[in-house]
Amino acid sequence: MAALAARRPPAPLLLAGIAVGGLAALPAVYLAITIAGETTSAAEAVFEPRTLEVAARTAALVAAVTASAIVLAVPLAWLTVRTDLPARRLWATLTTLPLVVPSYIGAYLLVSAFGPRGVLQDVLEPLGVEQLPSIYGFVGAWLALTLFTYPLVLIPVRGALRRLDPQLEEAAGAMGRGPGQIFRTVVLPQLVPAIGAGGLLVALYTLSDFGAVSIMRFDSFTREIYIAYQSSFDRTEAAALGAVLVIAMLALLALYARLRGARTYHRAGPGTVRPAGAIPLGRWKAPALALCGAVVVIALALPVGLLVYWSTQQLGEGVAVGSVLGNAGNSLLVAALAAGVGVIGAACVAVLAVRYPGRVSTLVERLGYAGYALPGIVVALALVFFGTRVALPLYQTLAMLVFAITIHYLPLAVGPLGAAMLQVPPRLEEAARGLGRPPLEVFRTVTAPLVASGALAGAALVFLHAVKELPATLILAPIGFETLATDIWRQTSSGFFEAAAIPALVLLLVAAPPLYLLSEKGTVTS
Amino acid sequence: MTDRRPVAPASLSIRGLRKSFGDTAAVDGLDLDVDGGRLCALLGPSGCGKTTTLRLIAGLERPEAGSIELGDRPLTAPGAFVPPDRRRIGMVFQDYALFPHYDVAGNVAYGLGRRADRARVKEVLELVGLERVADRPIHQLSGGQQQRVALARALAPTPELILLDEPFSNLDASLRERVRADVREIIAAAGVTALFVTHDQEEALSLAERVAVMCEGRIEQAGTPEEIYSRPSTRWMAAFLGEVEVLAGETRDGRVKCELGSLAVETKVEGAVEVLIRPESIAIGITGPPDATEAEVVGRRFYGHDQLVELRLPSGRTVSSRRLGFPAWHPGDRVQVWVEGPADVLPGS
Repeated sequence: MAALAARRPPAPLLLAGIAVGGLAALPAVYLAITIAGETTSAAEAVFEPRTLEVAARTAALVAAVTASAIVLAVPLAWLTVRTDLPARRLWATLTTLPLVVPSYIGAYLLVSAFGPRGVLQDVLEPLGVEQLPSIYGFVGAWLALTLFTYPLVLIPVRGALRRLDPQLEEAAGAMGRGPGQIFRTVVLPQLVPAIGAGGLLVALYTLSDFGAVSIMRFDSFTREIYIAYQSSFDRTEAAALGAVLVIAMLALLALYARLRGARTYHRAGPGTVRPAGAIPLGRWKAPALALCGAVVVIALALPVGLLVYWSTQQLGEGVAVGSVLGNAGNSLLVAALAAGVGVIGAACVAVLAVRYPGRVSTLVERLGYAGYALPGIVVALALVFFGTRVALPLYQTLAMLVFAITIHYLPLAVGPLGAAMLQVPPRLEEAARGLGRPPLEVFRTVTAPLVASGALAGAALVFLHAVKELPATLILAPIGFETLATDIWRQTSSGFFEAAAIPALVLLLVAAPPLYLLSEKGTVTS
Repeated sequence: MTDRRPVAPASLSIRGLRKSFGDTAAVDGLDLDVDGGRLCALLGPSGCGKTTTLRLIAGLERPEAGSIELGDRPLTAPGAFVPPDRRRIGMVFQDYALFPHYDVAGNVAYGLGRRADRARVKEVLELVGLERVADRPIHQLSGGQQQRVALARALAPTPELILLDEPFSNLDASLRERVRADVREIIAAAGVTALFVTHDQEEALSLAERVAVMCEGRIEQAGTPEEIYSRPSTRWMAAFLGEVEVLAGETRDGRVKCELGSLAVETKVEGAVEVLIRPESIAIGITGPPDATEAEVVGRRFYGHDQLVELRLPSGRTVSSRRLGFPAWHPGDRVQVWVEGPADVLPGS
C-alpha cells in the first residue's frame, strides 16, 4: 500500500559501508595518484612504440581466445541441451569442469606435454622427430586460455538454449525451413546476447590473466607489467601500463553491463515454456560424441591424468611433501581469511544497498566493484605503491595480502548476499521489532539465519577464487611466504614440471569442496 | 526484555498525526481514539494512508508531527519516540510475515524473549486452536492457519494493543467469513484493544464495534457501524459506504419533504437540504401507503439473493430500490414507491 520511503541507515552501518567502499576503491585511487604525480614519465611510457606493440599483441590474443572459445562452446551447448546425445547430462557436467583448472596450471600442463623436453617429445623421439614446433608464445597462450575459459561461454549459452521457446522453431519448420536453416535464422539470433555476454567474460579473463601468459612467455600487458615492476626501481612504467590495461578492462566491462541489460528475449506467447523435444542426431551421433570426448580428454582428462601420474611418481620417489602441506596451509589461510573478511564487508554493502537504497548506498555498491574491475596484478601493484610510500608497516605483511585479495573478489560475495537479502521481506524484520527485539537481536535471530545460505555461497565463491589467485600473491606475499599457486608458478618457470604436479593436484582438491557446495546450490561458477 | 504482567486493555489516542513521503502527505493531521478493549476498524479506499497510520502506531515509521498515546504512555510526542520493540504493540501483517526458519511454536515463542515460557506458548496456541500443529513448519500450513499463527504470535507477549493490516485480504472468499468470526472471538477472548485496517466496507461494518473512515490522510467520520452507515456526515461518506440516492428536499419541524414523500429525520438544519436514502430503504409494491408516489420500472438487475429495481419518478429522475430476489419486477411495470427505513439529510449546497 503506502510506498516505503527510503530510510536513513543507522550510523554504524553507514560508516561501515563507506569504509568498505573506500577501501575497495583504494587501489584504483592510489594508482591514479601515482600516475598523476609522474605525468611526464608516465606519458612517455604509454606513448612508447613498445606499448603499442604490447597493446596489439594483447588485443590479438583477446580476440583469438574469445573467438575460439565461442566456436568451441556453442556447438557443445547445443549438443548437450537440445539433441539426443547419449549421456547428455554427464557430458554437460564434464564439459563445464575445465573452468576449475586455473589457467596457469592448464598452461603448465600444456607446456609439459607439448613443449621441448615434454611428454610428446619423449614419445616421438624414437620415431626420429628431433624437435616439435614451439608451444611457447602466442599459440600456447591461445590454446591454454581457450581450453580453460570456454565454459564461461558454454554456461550462459546453455541457459539461453533452455529458455528458448520451441514454438518459434516449430513455426519456422512449418514454413518449410530445414534444421540447418532454422538454427541459423531462428536459434542463433536468440543466442547472440548470451554468446556476447559469455564472450566478454572470456575477453575480460584473457585481458587480466597473468598465469597462462607468463608461463607461455607471451608478452601481453600483464606480463609486461610484471617485468617492468621487477626490473626497475622506477615503477612508473608499470603503473602507466596498468592504467592502460584498466581502461581496456573498463571498456569491456561497460559493454558487458549493457549486454546484460538487454539480454532478455521475450517469448511469443503466455504460459510456461514447454520443454523442447530432443533433436535426433542420426548419423551425426558419432562425430558429436567424438567432439565432446576430444574436448573432455584434452581439457580435463589429460591434465588431471598427468597430474595424478606425476604425483604418484613423485611420491614413489620419496619426494618430501612437507613443504607442499605448508604451502597448502598458507593457501587455505589466505583464502579463508579473504572469504571471512569478504563476507563481512559484503554484508555491510548488501544490507545498505537492499534495505536503505539511496545515493550513498548506490555509491558504496559501485565502489565495491572497483577492486574487481582492476586485474589482480594492478591491484597488487597499486598496493605496493601504497605500502612503500604511505603504509610501510603494512608492506609485505599477511594483512596487506589478505586485504588485496578480499577487495579484488568482494563483488563475488556481494552478489549472492544481496540476492539473499532481497528474498527476506522487510516485514519479517519489522514483525521481529514489534515482538520486542532490538535491532541487533533482530539481525541475529531473523536476518542472519535467512541470508546464511547466500553468505555461504558468497564465501565459497571468494574462497574458490582466492585459493587460486596468483599475481597479487606473488607480488604482495611476505618474504618467504609461499602458497600452492606461487609454488606451482615458481617450479614451472624454472622448468621443474614434475615438481609442480603435487601442489597443482592439492590445489584442485582444495578447490573441490567449495565448488561442490556452489554446484549443489545451483550457483553458476563464473 | 518486556515484562508480561497482564494489563487492563489500554486506550489509544492519536492527535494531529502527520507523515509525508516526498511531497505527498500520506497522513495529514489525523485524530483517532480507540477505547480500551474495543475492536475498531480503520476503513478507507486504497492510498488513503491507512497502512501508514498503522505503521506509525507500531513505531515502524516516524511521524513529522502529532502524538500517539497508549493508555497513559506517550509513544510518540514532539521530541520523543519509543522504538517499536518497546511499545508493547502486537502487529499482524497483511502477508503475515511469519518467520520461515521457525516452526509454529517457534514463531509464537519469538516475542516471549530468549527463554520463552512454554506454558504461555501452549496457552496462546490453544486460544487460536492450533495446539496440534505446534511443531509444523510454516510452509505446511493453510492460509487460514498461517493467519491464526500470526495472530497468536502477536498476542503471545500480552500486548496492550494489537494492529491488523488488511488481515483477511489474502484468504479465499469462502474461508474469509469463518476466519473473520474466529478472529473476532479470539481478540474478544484475549481482551485486548484492537485496530484493523481494511478497504472492505462490509468487513468493517460487520466485524468492528467502531469504525473510523479515512480519506486522504484524515479521519472523515468515526462511530458505531450503524451510525456511520445510516447517518454519514458527508456525501462522500454516504457514497463510500454503499449505494445512496440523493434527492433535493426541505426540512421543517423534524420532517423532510422530498419527491418520495414526507419523512421523519433527526436534524437541526432548517430549509433546503439533500436527502440521503439507501436503495434498501426504498420500497415498491402494486399498492402502497396513502402517501406513496407513482413510478415506472425502467430496469432491473438480478443478483440472486436480491434485485436492484430502477424506477422513473414522475419528475423524470430515476432511483434504485433494492428488494429481495422475488417477486420479479419487469421494465414497464407501474408501481407505488415509498420510503421504509432511515433517511438522513445534509445541508443543501
